[in-house]
Amino acid sequence: MSQAPHLNTSEQIWGYAAEFTSPAAITHAARKVADAGYRWWDCHTPFPVHGLDTVMGVKPTILPIIVFFGGLTGMMLAIFLQVFTNSLEIDLWAIVPVIGYQFEVSGKPLISGPAFVPVMFELTVLVSALTTVGAMLVLNGLPCLYHPVLKSTKLARITDDRFYIIIEARDPKFTDEATRTFLESLGPESIESLEP
Amino acid sequence: MKRIDLSRDNLALGSFGGTVFVVSGVLGLAGLGASYGLKGIGGSDAFMKSWLFAFLVVLAVCLGALFFTILQHLTKAGWSVAVRRISEGIAVNLSWIWVLFIPIFVLMVTGNGGHLFPWADPDLVAHDHLLHEKAPYLNVTFWSIRAVILFVIWALLARFYFGLSCRQDSTGDARSTTTMQWCAPLAMILYALTQTIASYDWIMSLQPKWFSTMFGVYFFAVSVTGFFSCILVLIFFLQKSGRVREAITREHYHDLGKLLFGFGVVFWAYIGYSQYMLIWYANIPIETSWFFPRQLGSWYWVSMLLIYGHFILPFLLLVTRWTKRFKGSIALIAGWMIFIFCVDVYWLVIPSVPEVALAGAESYDQLVEAVTPASLGWQLNAVDFLLPLSMLSLLLSGTMFSLRRCSLVPISDPRLEESLAFENF
Repeated sequence: MSQAPHLNTSEQIWGYAAEFTSPAAITHAARKVADAGYRWWDCHTPFPVHGLDTVMGVKPTILPIIVFFGGLTGMMLAIFLQVFTNSLEIDLWAIVPVIGYQFEVSGKPLISGPAFVPVMFELTVLVSALTTVGAMLVLNGLPCLYHPVLKSTKLARITDDRFYIIIEARDPKFTDEATRTFLESLGPESIESLEP
Repeated sequence: MKRIDLSRDNLALGSFGGTVFVVSGVLGLAGLGASYGLKGIGGSDAFMKSWLFAFLVVLAVCLGALFFTILQHLTKAGWSVAVRRISEGIAVNLSWIWVLFIPIFVLMVTGNGGHLFPWADPDLVAHDHLLHEKAPYLNVTFWSIRAVILFVIWALLARFYFGLSCRQDSTGDARSTTTMQWCAPLAMILYALTQTIASYDWIMSLQPKWFSTMFGVYFFAVSVTGFFSCILVLIFFLQKSGRVREAITREHYHDLGKLLFGFGVVFWAYIGYSQYMLIWYANIPIETSWFFPRQLGSWYWVSMLLIYGHFILPFLLLVTRWTKRFKGSIALIAGWMIFIFCVDVYWLVIPSVPEVALAGAESYDQLVEAVTPASLGWQLNAVDFLLPLSMLSLLLSGTMFSLRRCSLVPISDPRLEESLAFENF
C-alpha cells in the first residue's frame, strides 16, 4: 500500500531537483541524501558514475536470478518438446492419445540425448534473452509514457552535462520546507520544483 | 574513489621467491625421480604415456599464459595490467620446458617411438595402407623438426613479452607497450598455429588413424582452463603471503573468474560437445574409434566425471557474480578446476585401443568383446598422480625463478592506473 504523500501548502509539487555540475559533486551530495534517510530519490547523470550506486545504497538487482530461472524454463521446454514429439505413445491426461514422429535417423534411438542438446542450448539462450529484456522492462517500470522529469526543459541537460538529484514528494520524510532547505545545504547550482 | 598507493605495496617476491623456488624445485625433481623408481608398476610403455600426460599438463598451462599475455596486448586491455606480469612469468617457463620433452624426443629418435605413437613403428606402417599414406607428415624426422620449431617459437615469444615488459619497469618507456602491441597480431597467429600443430603431433597422433579438425581448438580450451585456474590459485597464495595485496583487487579476481567461466567451462563444453556430436551422428568407424575406448569400462565414468565436473558443477558455481568476487570461493573453485583440467588431459592421452583390435573386429559388439577382457579400463597408478604433481611443482619453481627478479606488477605500464582503478559494474 502506498502511503498518501505528505502534502501541505502546494499540492502541485511532485518533487525537488537539485542541479550539480560534476560527478564528484553529485557523489558527495548523494552520500548526504542517503545518510539523511530519504528513500524515494534518485540521481540522474549523463553517463555512468563509478561508485555512485554504492554511495546511494542501491541494492543489487534480482534480474540475474529471474534470468537463471528463465533459462532453466527454456531448457525444460526443449527437453519436453523433443521427448514429446519423438515419443511412441503418450496418453495425455489419459484422454488424448498422442503418437509422435517415429523417424529413425541413422539408427539412433528415438529418445536420444546428444541429438537434443543443440535445441536445449538454443532454447535456453532464447528464453534467457527474452526474460532478460522482459524482466528488465518490468523491473524498471517501462514502458513509461509520461514522467514528470521530462516536463522541465532545464532537466533536459541531464542527457548532456548536468547531474541532478531528485527527491520525490511521496518520500515519507519529504516536507516542502525542510527538503528544500536540506537540498540547498548540499550546495547545488540551482533547485527546481517539479510538477506532477 | 580510493587511490592505490603502490609504493607501500609489497611488489617483490624477495626471499620468499627463492625459498619457494628451491623447495618446489627439489620436490619436483624428487617426484620425477620417485616416479621413475615406480615405473615398474605399469611398465615402461605406460610410464612414457604418463610422462607425456604430465608434460602436456604443464605445457597447456604455459601456453594458456602465453595466449593470455598476447591477448591483452592485442586488445590493448587496461583492466588486466595488474595481473599481466604473473601471466608473463608463467609463460616464460616455455623457454626451459623443452627439457621435460627430452625423454619423449629421445624415445622417438632412437627408433622406439612405436611404443607411444603407433605411426612411429615401421613394421605397422609397412602393413597399413592408411598409415603409409599419412607417413609424409607422420614420420619421425619431420615430427622432430616440428617439435624443435614449436619450442623455439614459444621460447622466443614468451621471452620477448616477459623481457620487454620487465625492461619497461626500469626504463619507463611507453614505446615498449607500443612495440608489444604491434607484435601481438603476428604473435597470436603464430600461437594459434603452433598450438594446433602441437595438439595434432603429441595428442591426436596417439591414435594416428583418427582425425578431428576441432582438436586444436579443444586443446586450446584445455590450456586456457589450466591457465586461468592456475593463475587464480597462484594470485590467491601470493596475496596470502603478503604480496600485491593492494594492486590486485576483487575486480581482477572477478574478471579472471569470468574468463575461467567463459573459456574454461562454457567454451570447453561447447566445442567438446560439437566435436562429439558430429562424430556421434555420422557414426563412421574411423571417427568413432577415438570416443570408443573412452566409453569402455571404467573410462565411461571418467568421461561422465568430465561432463559433470568440468561443465555442470562449475557452471552452476560460477554463473553467479558472488562466487567470483570472494577471493576464497573463486580460489577454491579454481583449485577444483586444476584437478579436473588434469583429468581432462589424462582422458585425452591415456585411453587407447590396440590397432589390432580395431582392425580385426567387424562389429561394435565384437570390438567390445575383443577389448574389454584386456582390462583396458582406467587403472589406478601412482605414477599418474606423482608425475603431474612433480611437473606442476617444477612449473611453480620456474615461475618463482623468473618473477623474483622483477616487480610482480608492471609498474611503468602506461595503463596501470586504469587497471588499479578498474571496477566491474
